[in-house]
Amino acid sequence: MAQKRKPKLAVWKFASCDGCQLSLLDCEDELLAVTEAVQIAYFPEATRAVVRGPYDLSLVEGSITTPHDAERIHQVRRSSKFLVTIGACATAGGIQALRNFKNVHEFVANVYATPSYIETLAKSTAIADHIFVDFQLRGCPISKHQLLEVISAYLNGRKPNIPTYSVCMECKQKGLVCGLVTHGPPCLGPVTQAGCGALCPSYHRGCFGCFGPKETPNTSSLSEWWLKNGMKRDDLVRLYRSFNAYADPFRKESEANEK
Amino acid sequence: MKNKTVKVNYLARVEGEGGIHIKVKKGVVTDVKFNIFEPPRLFEGFLRGRLYSEAPDITARICGICPVAYQMSSVHAMEGAFGVKVDGQLRELRRLLYCGEWIESHALHIYLLHAPDFLGYEDAIQLGKDHPDVVTKALRLKKTGNDIMTLLGGREIHPINVRVGGFYKLPEKRDLDTLLEPLEWALQASIDTVRLTAGLPFPDYECDYEYVALRHPAEYPLNEGRLVSNKGLDIAISEYESRFTEEHIKHANALHSGINGRGGYLVGPLARYNLNFDRLTPLAQDLAREAKLGEQCNNPYKSIIVRAVETVYACEEAIRIIRGYKKPDSPVIEFIPRSGIGYGCTEAPRGILYHRYRLDECGEILNAKIVPPTAQNQKAIEKDLHDVVTKFVSKPEKELTWLCEQTVRNYDPCISCATHFVRLQIE
Repeated sequence: MAQKRKPKLAVWKFASCDGCQLSLLDCEDELLAVTEAVQIAYFPEATRAVVRGPYDLSLVEGSITTPHDAERIHQVRRSSKFLVTIGACATAGGIQALRNFKNVHEFVANVYATPSYIETLAKSTAIADHIFVDFQLRGCPISKHQLLEVISAYLNGRKPNIPTYSVCMECKQKGLVCGLVTHGPPCLGPVTQAGCGALCPSYHRGCFGCFGPKETPNTSSLSEWWLKNGMKRDDLVRLYRSFNAYADPFRKESEANEK
Repeated sequence: MKNKTVKVNYLARVEGEGGIHIKVKKGVVTDVKFNIFEPPRLFEGFLRGRLYSEAPDITARICGICPVAYQMSSVHAMEGAFGVKVDGQLRELRRLLYCGEWIESHALHIYLLHAPDFLGYEDAIQLGKDHPDVVTKALRLKKTGNDIMTLLGGREIHPINVRVGGFYKLPEKRDLDTLLEPLEWALQASIDTVRLTAGLPFPDYECDYEYVALRHPAEYPLNEGRLVSNKGLDIAISEYESRFTEEHIKHANALHSGINGRGGYLVGPLARYNLNFDRLTPLAQDLAREAKLGEQCNNPYKSIIVRAVETVYACEEAIRIIRGYKKPDSPVIEFIPRSGIGYGCTEAPRGILYHRYRLDECGEILNAKIVPPTAQNQKAIEKDLHDVVTKFVSKPEKELTWLCEQTVRNYDPCISCATHFVRLQIE
């Protein structure tokens, strides 16, 4: 009997820190099982071997920041059957999207010794702004458990079980005291998607939004709460402007408070 | 003699996007380029206007492989500017966190990224088909490093527990103690790693590098020390910019660093080892001798053994710190932000990582400069490529190409880091 062909896995990188694809190698206990289930067909961080496409499952890390990458992402889409973006860079433009808020002329004043050597777009954008994406996995970095869940769901032809509720849910599950009502440090938990396991609150600090906006976040209500409790507007803007600064709800909220 | 071209468009088993392009005409190397096409991410630009307290979390995002290094260099810089001294158990905990990153990063590089070159495998997965026990052990060793970062830092990539002045939350002694057993195992595994790597076949190549690393009066350097070299450099880290310069080169989205008046230099495990052999533990020294490294090693391919020796050191150091741990009363030293300039330089797994910040009286960042290890190693990498191709030019093109890849991997280059700081140019 002919053996069933293993699905081909490809890992692609755009502007990023490499941390999200490293999450796959950080699955020390599961990595060998993953390589049993899929064929690592393209993953330059791990292998110099390249298996030709098309690829069954593509993981895409990083944001689009150069004219060349804006072209390359279309090639990646064409050679991929199921494409998942991983991490805040790929799903929201990442920390490098902070450039999107600057008046471009401020940067021109700072031009490099030989600027003509460098090609960069004025904005850093999410992959889904350029191509159709089958699934988006959030986080800065992503959770390796969620990554395994996405791969496993793909292999079994089901929908990944990735909750879109807020960090607050995880906080409650852990039995942590709520920083909002006890006047703890500023916290984005109520508007941020779960996935980290309420990491920062369990280390006595407020959530700073690594997993981006939750489904239907009420950012203006949260901002009002923090302003009422003495937070400065500048600090509120900074809080919304980090790794998911260009995700729509966070972007709009930071712009609303900038005025 | 023939003409040859060594061309690697997308270098594998490194962090980030780079390539190699070497031209040989009539047996003579005429052009060597270590291309870096990783897109610029402009960190120094958007650090302006952010608060001092945000620097550890923002700069960590420069690199997913060595986030602790960025957190450490930035907190030391801020503390220097504010006149804060983090000492005692808090300092020890930082060292422990850094040991976690060294173990994780070195194990990753030794087994998953570098060893396959020596043994003729495309990657560690294929290596694992023939030697499953080696790869299983490698992953467990790597995991021990990650476990330290997860317990103390919150997670292995972009930890969340580091702050200027100390930590957000201190670990309990009983929690740290759970790491002892895995670390004892890891120590043995890293001893085996030294012996294993010592037996690999090494290309016959040496180079007269200028090695640059930190040097501390009592410790093998991680967080603190003076910057020294084997060719007479001995300066405080605040003097870095007066002795080193960077130039912008067309084929690299990263600046090339050089020592004023002398040019290229080498940072990383080989430099640390050669300048700090006497600061290693007796066990690490004995293993290095057994591996025939000598107190001075000038063969860059042998950096794989040095990484293994440093992993032994990091395991021993982690065990020592955990055994001696007493939970301090407060996780953080109090301070008041003030205006000034702060300098930080720590030993990332790949070599010295320099940060400098100018701050206003509220602690807002006015400007920032960051020089990562891979940017500093670019000249040395290109020189190695030139000399290696010259020496082994008679090898078949395919073999020579792979040797060039292996040569670049000696540096465990982190190209994502190296390109963070090129500023924006508008189309």
